[in-house]
Amino acid sequence: MVEALSLDNIINSIKLNLEGLVKSISISKGYIEVVVDASHIVEAALKLKSMGYDHVKSITTIDYPKESKIRVVYHASSYINEDLAKTIIGLTADIPRDNPVIDSLSQVWRSVEFQEREVYEFFGVIFREHPDLRPLLIIPELAEKKVLRKDFIVKEESIYEGIPHKY
Amino acid sequence: MKESPTSTSDVTIKELETRGIQVRKIEKEVYEVFIGPQHPGSGHMRIIVRLDGDIIAEADPDIGYVHRTMEKLSEVREWLKPIPLLERMTIIDACNITVPYVNALEKLMDKAPPPRASYLRVLLCEINRVASHLYGFGIFGVFLGHSTAYMWAFGDREVFVELAEILTGARLTHTYPIPGGVRRDMPQDFPEMARRAVKYMRRRLIEYQRIFLDNPVIVKRLEGVGVISKSLAAELGIVGPNVRGSGIKYDVRLIEPYEVYDELEFEIPVYEEGDALARTWVRVEEIKQSLNIIEQAVDWLERHKGELILSKDDYDKLPKLHKEIYEKTGRVKLLPVHASMKIPAGKAVARGEAGRGEIFYYVESDGGTIPYRVRVVTPSARNAIVFKYIVPGHKLMDLPAIYGSIDYFPPESDR
Repeated sequence: MVEALSLDNIINSIKLNLEGLVKSISISKGYIEVVVDASHIVEAALKLKSMGYDHVKSITTIDYPKESKIRVVYHASSYINEDLAKTIIGLTADIPRDNPVIDSLSQVWRSVEFQEREVYEFFGVIFREHPDLRPLLIIPELAEKKVLRKDFIVKEESIYEGIPHKY
Repeated sequence: MKESPTSTSDVTIKELETRGIQVRKIEKEVYEVFIGPQHPGSGHMRIIVRLDGDIIAEADPDIGYVHRTMEKLSEVREWLKPIPLLERMTIIDACNITVPYVNALEKLMDKAPPPRASYLRVLLCEINRVASHLYGFGIFGVFLGHSTAYMWAFGDREVFVELAEILTGARLTHTYPIPGGVRRDMPQDFPEMARRAVKYMRRRLIEYQRIFLDNPVIVKRLEGVGVISKSLAAELGIVGPNVRGSGIKYDVRLIEPYEVYDELEFEIPVYEEGDALARTWVRVEEIKQSLNIIEQAVDWLERHKGELILSKDDYDKLPKLHKEIYEKTGRVKLLPVHASMKIPAGKAVARGEAGRGEIFYYVESDGGTIPYRVRVVTPSARNAIVFKYIVPGHKLMDLPAIYGSIDYFPPESDR
């Protein structure tokens, strides 16, 4: 079997193609993390797409209340190019928690359309210029509570509280 | 045909509203049909279809009826507890769903399962894949009004569900893989059973072809329906047999082999047509490949009897009584320390090929006893977009054919 593109090669070509956009690039377990500024996300995505990364697998959103930020990671990869398919790129941008707005990538990758709606309903992240930004899985009233953020606590009713456990 | 009635006037709308009836004005020519959330065949999802005559002008998948907050629940439970939780989103494909999650944990812990455990995982994954395809096949039969296919597929699925039960002790939600191994070893009479099941299924697939796949009525309903071109399939990011039916050779077992898939011989069936019939054929061919893998895995397991099914350091930590149970019954009895284990801080991505396509996990740990974040994207969640972009332009009667051919499973999609 022909040796696939090595990780170093991929990192170098990303550095070259996304020159001036990348804040940091590192190898994580299972993917390559490419951090960009939130204001450059569309530009970076367009360049990745022209490199052959044709679809997004997941928009992974992580809430960091202590640092008051929300991290949005577009895990992109390729179908058409078999060499690129072996790696996953995590296009990462941090946005402020109190004003979570970021440009939508639905014009670049159509595969993000439903997942951006999902992130919108669970984290309250607003995707600018999304064609159809409304909750996907849950009802709007529940979406307002931004349930996947860390400060939404799942309450469990303790119905047996106060009953003495005597045997 | 009766003349269509004049549109409801504003006066009538006002009057109806005073009576507490909600109405809104729609275009005279467009007919809006709400299919679901309960309908024959599958259920738990709704497609809002706008019809122009008999042609679908717009389709809006309204999903989420069976959303069970799995990502949130995973963040409030100890590391092992999401395994039985997550597999409940696709109980018919449980091992394929949980293996990548366990792989992600193993990446974070820098732990690898012993080969025997990997082979057992692959064995169950493939049994699940056959059962899952047969389930989809049966539902597809219902959609097309072919009740024989439904009866046959559900009956034959039972063979593989039983096989899984003999291996794991549970028909559906097996909770089989755990970080560092699996929970039970293969019983002695299992290889013989597996070989008989494989032989039986190979024979049955020929009969399936005669009654379903080559059936002129079925061919007429599927051929050229719901065509997804290669470039569109990549753009929409759809997965599994649907993407392979459109000429893209993408299978995680091939692209990024996990477990022991790189040691096994199998082919990835690819069809170029991209229509409903091609997608159906991919599934049937995949069942054949899975049967080959089951045979290979069983042969290997027979040759390597007595090897550990739990990583060496985990086994060494077991007290004497637990070791005795393991030697006697082949069952791994977990220690309480497993439930409260801590996983080193970090983040990991793992993917696997489930029955319906690629499943993706992102797991982040802050070094505690519960995950900081678990993100899961299931195959059906990524296939839902097909309803919006592929269905319009078809006749309404083609909708069941397209729905069935993409093997959409609402509980898996909604998570």
